Amino acid sequence: MNEQTEGRRGFEVSSIWIPLRISLLFMVLCGIIYPLVSTGAAQLLFPEQANGSLVKDRSGQIVGSELIGQNFTDPKWFQGRVSSIENNAAGSGSNNYGPSNPDLTERTRAAIEAWKLQNPDVPVSQLPLALVTNSGSGLDPHITPQSAMVQIARISKLTGEPAAQLEALVIKHIEGRDLGLFGDERVNVLKLNLALSALLGE
Amino acid sequence: MDILQMLVVVFLLVLLVKPLGTYVYHVFSNEANRLDKVFGSSERLIFKIIGLKRREGMGWKKYVLSFVATNFILAAISYLILRLQHALPLNPNGTGSMEPTLTFNTVISFITNTNLQHYSGESALSYFSQMAVIMMMMFTSAATGFSVAMAFVRGITSKGQTIGNFFEDFVKAHTRIFLPLSFVITLVLVALQVPQTLDPTLTVKTLEGAMQQIAIGPVASLESIKHLGTNGGGFFGVNSAHPFENPNPLTNVIQILSMWALPASLPYAFGLFAKNKKQGWVIFTAMMCLFIVFLSFAYTSEKTGNPALSALGIDASQGSMEGKEVRFGIAQSALFTTVTAAATTGTVNNMHDTLTPIGGLVPLAEMMLNVVFGGKGVGLINMLMYAILAVFICGLMVGRTPEFLGRKIEPREMKLIAVAILVHPFIILVPTAIAFMTDLGQGAITNAGFHGISQVLYEYTSSAANNGSGFEGLGDNTPFWNISTGLVMLLGRYISMIAMLAVAGSLMSKRHVPETLGTFRTGNGLFTALLIGTVLLIGALTFLPVIVLGPVAEYLTLG
Repeated sequence: MNEQTEGRRGFEVSSIWIPLRISLLFMVLCGIIYPLVSTGAAQLLFPEQANGSLVKDRSGQIVGSELIGQNFTDPKWFQGRVSSIENNAAGSGSNNYGPSNPDLTERTRAAIEAWKLQNPDVPVSQLPLALVTNSGSGLDPHITPQSAMVQIARISKLTGEPAAQLEALVIKHIEGRDLGLFGDERVNVLKLNLALSALLGE
Repeated sequence: MDILQMLVVVFLLVLLVKPLGTYVYHVFSNEANRLDKVFGSSERLIFKIIGLKRREGMGWKKYVLSFVATNFILAAISYLILRLQHALPLNPNGTGSMEPTLTFNTVISFITNTNLQHYSGESALSYFSQMAVIMMMMFTSAATGFSVAMAFVRGITSKGQTIGNFFEDFVKAHTRIFLPLSFVITLVLVALQVPQTLDPTLTVKTLEGAMQQIAIGPVASLESIKHLGTNGGGFFGVNSAHPFENPNPLTNVIQILSMWALPASLPYAFGLFAKNKKQGWVIFTAMMCLFIVFLSFAYTSEKTGNPALSALGIDASQGSMEGKEVRFGIAQSALFTTVTAAATTGTVNNMHDTLTPIGGLVPLAEMMLNVVFGGKGVGLINMLMYAILAVFICGLMVGRTPEFLGRKIEPREMKLIAVAILVHPFIILVPTAIAFMTDLGQGAITNAGFHGISQVLYEYTSSAANNGSGFEGLGDNTPFWNISTGLVMLLGRYISMIAMLAVAGSLMSKRHVPETLGTFRTGNGLFTALLIGTVLLIGALTFLPVIVLGPVAEYLTLG
């Protein structure tokens, strides 16, 4: 009788203490040691990447991250995709318009009209849908190669650079599929504009 | 090229199944093996610290008690940390305390491996919370799921009274699987440009001279366990669509494989436990067939695009790019969506709210079935549950005794399985109906019409399936949504787990019946087909009406 109660009490004690201890231990292991060791190793081995792949201009000034899209309001620059958050990377997000949402059609139509005004020389049938839609993150740093090509006529007119030279610049900046297979071809808008700025001698 | 790159990823996955499945088997078989040399000493130290003297086997009730107690304590401490994060260290951006119902939701969301996020990581969590709460629960909830799945498998494949020791399983899942794998993948991701730093939000002067703020942090270490543990909660609000979380197609493929490989290798590990590899492959094949069908629907629908936008006279040949990233394109987006819903990870690399109606139906349907690979262990448990159901139905139809792996299936097991199967639609459909009937629920809908129905349905399906992705337009950070989805996540996780461990406990104590001519064979192609049929039949009977009201109606009216 005595032995039995003791055995039972032993079970109850262990059924609280072990879960408590295991919880605290793994909180420290997985929640503190693991991320801190990861951070240390990452900073030691790959400092550039670990700190956000920052991009500098020719004067050595940091102008952003190559991974994060920027606003280009001046039409002489290549422009990125629609961003409902104005590329403010303190947050992230999109409008989350469902496919049947009238606001989606409305916003896209307005973007197309704005495009037409700035690019009267390019037929609208060549305008890629990707350029006038919102990316998932609202921070997409890329556009499709075609989205860059259709902007050449406008930029050439505004900057006086020959179209052929701009086209060569875009082609030079097309990033292929990863390992030649995965994902899509793309152009990094910030890098392209940095090159354009160098070309313009700014 | 699109189809080729998707097939290559599927092929890589298939290559991983056997080695990973074998590895998992050796971790949990508890037979002495070479791994003990590598991990044995650190594990013994851990056992000593937690006071686990003897690692004796547990009956199913004690196993349940142990994992529930551990999960409860983890959740309670996490709740305190989130509420007090403003006063805790590692808070360079000065993030404030989290609101109570949101904290309730967040804690349940992560301890149940759901990772539904009603907050945005950039603004609502300090780095300490991201680490000590979010990353920590990503490990522990995955390890809990894995342990329970292994206990279930032991139960239905062995004889005796015990299904293993929870604490031993839990420790080994960490030391031999999640911690080492996460560390390696973290470093690979950093090499491929995912940030990992404790510096606060950056401010830079852009090329045009404007100031831009860029949120950053220890992203890579969260990314790796987020996928390996099929958790899915992002560091940033938009999850793996964010260029810092998922900077290029290569990281995308790595993330897909890290969330998919472990769940996909579990059927093989099950085959090893059952000493019947064929049975493992039958389960795997059934899952893969369903997966391929879902993937084809998602890809075709997204590639075809949104007719409302195609009608605007521009070049829409690329497909539906709203809510998607250029670097991934349609193929890597559709593949990611199909995998995240299959593995119940819930990470997203494109916004599911913006998917075309049929494209959005794919993750919804996968979560409703909840058997296509599934999260850490839960998918395997569910598929085995359907396998037992299929055996039962077919056995009755052809007049053979329903047996599975040499055990008779009797009323007690069927009752428990019926409970586990019915809970899922119940906790999806009832709250969905309640949300539509109340202003509190309706107020969150941001896309009018049929799409609004899908938004609400998706939220509860995702909670019940412990997936955690969302039709993110839904304005869901309100007490109504925080509490209702919190309860759904709790029920979705623990009821089926407990019911299935009870089934395991009951099957294990049965006498082994030798296979005879009268036994219904479960290791062949016919049974694979029957299994798929059972899954689809039950799924269709339960969910077709509500699917017709949401995605199907939207598809038909979109023109």
